[in-house]
Amino acid sequence: MSAQRVIIRPDSENANYWKDLWNYRGLFFFLAWRDVLVRYKQTVIGIAWSVIRPLLTIFAMFFIGWLFGSSVPDGIPRLLLVAAAAIPWQFFSSSFSEASNSLIANSNLLTKVYFPRLIVPASTVIVCLIDFLISLIIVAGIMLAYSFTPDIHIVFLPLFLILALVLSLGAGLFIAALNVKYRDFRYVIPFIVQFGLYLSPVAFSSKDVYGHPSLPQFAKVIYSLNPMVGVIDGFRWCILGGDLSFYMPGFILSIVFSFIVLFAGISYFRKTEKSFADII
Amino acid sequence: MRPPVILVENLSKSYILRHKKQGSYVALRDVLSDKVKSVFSGNKNNLNTSEEFLALNDVSFEVKQGERVGVIGRNGAGKSTLLKILSRIVTPTKGQVTIEGRVASLLEVGTGFHPELTGRENIFLNGAILGMNRSEIVRKFDEIVSFAEVDRFLDTPVKRYSSGMYVRLAFAVAAHLEPEILIVDEVLAVGDAQFQKKCLGKMEDVSKNQGRTVLFVSHNMAAIQNLCDSCIYLHQGRILKSGPTNEVIPEYLQSAASNATIRLDDRKDRTGNGSIHFTSVEVKDNQNKNVEALQCGKDGKLCIYFNNKSEVLNNFHIAVGIDDPNGQRVTIFSNEATGQLFSDVRQHKGVVEIHLKKIPLRQGVYSFTLYSTVNGEIADWIQNAGTFSVEAGDFYLTGKLPPEGQGSFFVDHDFQLTQ
Repeated sequence: MSAQRVIIRPDSENANYWKDLWNYRGLFFFLAWRDVLVRYKQTVIGIAWSVIRPLLTIFAMFFIGWLFGSSVPDGIPRLLLVAAAAIPWQFFSSSFSEASNSLIANSNLLTKVYFPRLIVPASTVIVCLIDFLISLIIVAGIMLAYSFTPDIHIVFLPLFLILALVLSLGAGLFIAALNVKYRDFRYVIPFIVQFGLYLSPVAFSSKDVYGHPSLPQFAKVIYSLNPMVGVIDGFRWCILGGDLSFYMPGFILSIVFSFIVLFAGISYFRKTEKSFADII
Repeated sequence: MRPPVILVENLSKSYILRHKKQGSYVALRDVLSDKVKSVFSGNKNNLNTSEEFLALNDVSFEVKQGERVGVIGRNGAGKSTLLKILSRIVTPTKGQVTIEGRVASLLEVGTGFHPELTGRENIFLNGAILGMNRSEIVRKFDEIVSFAEVDRFLDTPVKRYSSGMYVRLAFAVAAHLEPEILIVDEVLAVGDAQFQKKCLGKMEDVSKNQGRTVLFVSHNMAAIQNLCDSCIYLHQGRILKSGPTNEVIPEYLQSAASNATIRLDDRKDRTGNGSIHFTSVEVKDNQNKNVEALQCGKDGKLCIYFNNKSEVLNNFHIAVGIDDPNGQRVTIFSNEATGQLFSDVRQHKGVVEIHLKKIPLRQGVYSFTLYSTVNGEIADWIQNAGTFSVEAGDFYLTGKLPPEGQGSFFVDHDFQLTQ
């Protein structure tokens, strides 16, 4: 028998928090597995939804970019330019919104069982990751259709995926914790997701912004503060090749900002998680 | 002397009650608008409408290894709060708990069961939620399935299960946990009698033969008596009595039914807009005398006293839900159902009398819930407002008592032999 001593006190900072989190990794996988299973039960075309949703986003953004005549680098089809940006965006928006709503959706667990609460929002990201892998196949299909071969930069793709994950999880944890106390935040989520789609370089490329003749400098700085700009530019750089403009200071800002969001998200989440069961 | 595996010292838990807010959650919008309002009106009372409620008040006890301890008390006495603190779901406000060993808590049957998933999938999911790892679940899988008697439906989504099957499966998973300390809330109130017996047997087996410690909350005194060697009797957040089961239970039963007048003024756990306020309840027999117990087969009266906090009450609907000793709702008295809604009520204090005719309930302690609406809005609502007992009586007017233990109520009937 494992001799395990637990002391419960009002202010007790759980010293074993990260160890506990590791011990509950099984639950993490089971929750993710549940979300995957449940997602496609009672749907007619099942897994095909993971293909249709990103495809529709790609086509819609393609159309908008074409309509407003956003620039396309030489030798790169517009559809691919949009697709390379739409999939990280899709990943960010779905994992951010799923993580944000996860605590409320699992409130019955929170009030009946103990486990490190961080598991709940973290496990939702897995479903989104699977969707992302499927949408990656779409991009591969488009590449094949245009017989476009990516260059060596493609090996850096996971790094940018991690950046998107850090950002969406960080922001998701923050909103999820706030959502427990103030349900207003559930209205913030679609708002961020909707506006973000147009403020991030999905239909256009960052070059249009940085090279814009009449846009003032401070607007360009504000634009680069959006951490998804860094992620999307990174994805395009990996998938489409290295000759795309890559705004370094903006990108570094993205990375720094993403990690700040993650640490702030985790620390706020940990500070408030003890009271989740009381107020949810 | 065995060392305690659970040591609870001066444990308190307080909640802040908001009197003004009726919503089930706080919206930032309200917080902001309240702040703004109080700045402009200079009225600080707005912010002072909350007060502290002690769900647990300075509770201390210890449980030794292998002991089976029952926790009893009326609803709202703090039993669930205690179990939630021991399960680490909520944190206490004061005090300390030291627990030696792995704890599994079963506060609800089928926590995390997903209706869309099959029985098989839910066993794994629920097992993981309760703290088992994968290999443990695999090892116990067949045992769980045969205990739950759901072999044929393993690959059916549980939403198609009957409620009995659902409960059986859920309990089966929990029963096969192997913690050193098992914490069980009122979960056996569901399921049929036979399965309840099986569950109790399993819990007994777990504690007696495997030396595990069990903490058990129930309103079912028979189950407590069967399973637990000692009891803790909680009342309004404090321990009123603790000790051997056969000493604590009689005290609980007696006090549960010992007040002829049930005072409600100091009840804080009420819901509603407050346009009326229940103040007390009296139980009267057919001679209009206050009594502690009604008699089966005789008439009786429930008198509900209230204060009217508004000018005039229209469509005043009042309902009294009656729960049997197992916590199951047996019936409801409602002036909406009888078509007797009160209107144009102007007096500041009033009494609603409910005349009960030929009480058909069998012997036992019943608890009741008071509920009222005025013009369709909940005015005052107190769950488990109080209890009254019913004594065995000559329901069929035959001069002898009807047999006990055969069902839960009586129906006036007669027999006739025809060709």
